Amino acid sequence: MERLGSGIQAGRLSPDEYASNFSDLHPRLDKHEALVAADRCYFCYDAPCMTACPTAIDIPLFIRQISTGNPLGSAKTIFDQNILGGMCARVCPTETLCEQACVRNTAEDRPVEIGKLQRYATDIAMEMNRQFYHRAASTGRRVAVVGAGPAGLACAHRLSMHGHDVVIFDAHEKAGGLNEYGIATYKATENFAQREVEYITAIGGIEIRTRQMLGRDFTLTELTCNFDAVFLGMGLAGVNALGIEGEDLAGVEDAVDFIAALRQATYKAQVPIGRRVVVLGGGMTAIDAAIQAKLLGAEEVTICYRRGKENMNASGYEQDLATANGVIIRHWLAPKRIIGKDGHVAGMEVEYTAIRDGKLVGTGETGIIAADQVMKAIGQSFGGSGLGSLRMESGKIAADLEGRTSIDGVWAGGDCVGHGEDLTVSATAQGRDAAESINRAFAAAARPAVAVA
Amino acid sequence: MADIRNNFVGIKSPNPFWLASAPPTDKAYNVERAFKAGWGGVVWKTLGAEGPPVVNVNGPRYGAIWGADRRLLGLNNIELITDRDLYVNLREMKEVKKKWPDRAIVASIMVPCEEEAWKAILPLVEETEVDGIELNFGCPHGMSERGMGSAVGQVPEYIEMVVRWCKQYTRMPVITKLTPNITDIRFPARAAKRGGTDAVSLINTISSIVSVDLDNFSPVPSIDGRGSHGGYCGPAVKPIALNMVAEIARDPETYGLPISGIGGVTTWRDAAEFLALGAGNVQVCTAAMTYGFKIVQEMISGLSDWMDAKGHRTLDDICGRAVGNVTDWQYLNLNYVAKARIDQDLCIKCGRCHIACEDTSHQAITNVVDGVRHFEVMDDECVGCNLCVNVCPVENCITMEPLAAGELDQRTGKVVETTYANWTMHPNNPAAAPVAAE
Repeated sequence: MERLGSGIQAGRLSPDEYASNFSDLHPRLDKHEALVAADRCYFCYDAPCMTACPTAIDIPLFIRQISTGNPLGSAKTIFDQNILGGMCARVCPTETLCEQACVRNTAEDRPVEIGKLQRYATDIAMEMNRQFYHRAASTGRRVAVVGAGPAGLACAHRLSMHGHDVVIFDAHEKAGGLNEYGIATYKATENFAQREVEYITAIGGIEIRTRQMLGRDFTLTELTCNFDAVFLGMGLAGVNALGIEGEDLAGVEDAVDFIAALRQATYKAQVPIGRRVVVLGGGMTAIDAAIQAKLLGAEEVTICYRRGKENMNASGYEQDLATANGVIIRHWLAPKRIIGKDGHVAGMEVEYTAIRDGKLVGTGETGIIAADQVMKAIGQSFGGSGLGSLRMESGKIAADLEGRTSIDGVWAGGDCVGHGEDLTVSATAQGRDAAESINRAFAAAARPAVAVA
Repeated sequence: MADIRNNFVGIKSPNPFWLASAPPTDKAYNVERAFKAGWGGVVWKTLGAEGPPVVNVNGPRYGAIWGADRRLLGLNNIELITDRDLYVNLREMKEVKKKWPDRAIVASIMVPCEEEAWKAILPLVEETEVDGIELNFGCPHGMSERGMGSAVGQVPEYIEMVVRWCKQYTRMPVITKLTPNITDIRFPARAAKRGGTDAVSLINTISSIVSVDLDNFSPVPSIDGRGSHGGYCGPAVKPIALNMVAEIARDPETYGLPISGIGGVTTWRDAAEFLALGAGNVQVCTAAMTYGFKIVQEMISGLSDWMDAKGHRTLDDICGRAVGNVTDWQYLNLNYVAKARIDQDLCIKCGRCHIACEDTSHQAITNVVDGVRHFEVMDDECVGCNLCVNVCPVENCITMEPLAAGELDQRTGKVVETTYANWTMHPNNPAAAPVAAE
């Protein structure tokens, strides 16, 4: 195999190149770097970074704990609010959350490196396998959690802390959800997602049953019958279709499948990639797929997005990361037709777009981008089944801010519900809050009726 | 171009920046490097009496405290006076002085508190043709336990006696170095003056323990698990030194006595402040030990450029300029009213002014206005204390603005008066002198 071989091929790079390309994007700060970075925190009052964090981690406190030589205390401050603080430190778009809110931006345009500091503290604690939480005395209550992703894990951990027994059902082979299958390889190296699952479940009282899919292997009604409460924390299983000619050609695939397969591949050299790759979409998935296509040795990777730069869901930082890796991002281009040759992708016909009268329309002008692989990253949908009469809202599960659904005893959180951003950190917050809500419901039910004199 | 040449009790140097008697001036090698870098003078590390030299510990001699980014703020040392042979030092002093005639070299001396000891060493020093002597009555560690250093400096009568011997047995100018480890610095200064000293220099280091090793519970620096108090210096001691310099400068009994200012001088600004409070020149140690001798170049250009900008031509134009403005609290104008002002364009909204005021002071700064994070001073609560200015991380974001006479102070409901009125005149003061009726 060679670098410029046409078609979709594996082994375009040398072993060293693969190792380097898929190593940690941001290696952990060493102690000196962490102390220097921590010194920049002003310990703000009612800190804006804390308000910007969906899990409301006490950021000034954890940074101060790092600067005073107490990384374990720092890790506990983080985990108190977010037991997936390790993964969030790796995958959070901090540039649009805590670090965007940092007051250092006002005068210097350079925030405190909150994400890297969070990773510093949580890595130390996790490497020491330092457990900060213990199960309360068993309550005998049993809760079913569907989905072992961030929402489900956060919910299960908090429920276990309160002494409830948890069984997590997950459709995949491994627990972790998007953290295991949906995150770019260089953001969670060294099997971090699985190590985090082990760290979280080490509290005890949490049983994970994999290859158990709601709607296929069991129904919501079965869960409500067999458990005291149910938390639904599924991700988005459906992928939006293009609905254009050529979508079924060989070489057209969903970006999420490509990302998952690459994550699971032990040897990246065995993952085939096109010489010329077109990625359709403007979100994080498009960026992750495009960058990794480039890292696998594709000569030319083009993201086509049908609106402008400012409309992209991917953050400015992610866009810059893509372009720095040699990805070409083209705006105002809509997919029109995938051109095939001998059943394989040979090119992508696109149409220029524009906003006219407030609406996105095709201009009629078209062009062709040579391609031997097309990846679709134009959005995902929930597509859950086996939910019975559960009330839905815009295609997702309807839930209130505590995660309560239309069915008594059933809570939901994470990507499968309508509110909140589709982020690991938002899912974690929702799982945690639902656990607290479940715990309150149990306590209310257990409270004896007040005697009336 | 400002002229920063210095003449201190007849000792001339091209600038007012001398290296203090300390590790950086222990031998010819260091002193020559300092002169090459531009230092105006040095006080050679303290000489002891003839005979076997002192010995130092063989473990750590220094400890420190740090600010953000591990900036050294305070240094503590337990090193003794020179541990080299007296005659080696004298020979090197003579050689270096011959080689660098335009630079000042002063010999620091510490010998037992006996007339014979001083009488013996002074001619030896005089023979080197250095410019003067400095009497080390300051070191608070090691030597003080042997009745020298601060053990002398803490007894004004001893100071007077030794200074008198020195004036009697040498023609060289005598600078008396004072210890700050005393309740009122004016007493040793007065004693030195009575003894006939040409000048005083201060401060020497402050007795200190910088930290405790929490693994073995030993003070730092730890010598085999035990520690001893050391002498504290560096930026952290500057405020203490400035006050002591000012106390001597404005004391009627020592008014006009030349002062060599020492204590945490790190930048040209620090030096200018010492000069303004009455010092004739400054001595530096910790800054050089932290950054090397090159820092003197920043000091020289900074002082000179500031003098040019302000129209000061010579050091005489600035020396002592702040002394008349140092007063006792009771004479401060109680009719002067200032309020904090926050520049909203500079504010980064960290909220530290608010929480400092809210938790620990006068509840005079907002944190939310109309539902938005906003920090603003409430004039009806602000006492003008300056805490917010001090905790704000952005320079000049918060300033203290005086109210003009005739303006209403919303806190007290009183109009700001044009007249000066201090505590000695205040009706709440039982000892206030009655105001004479017009």
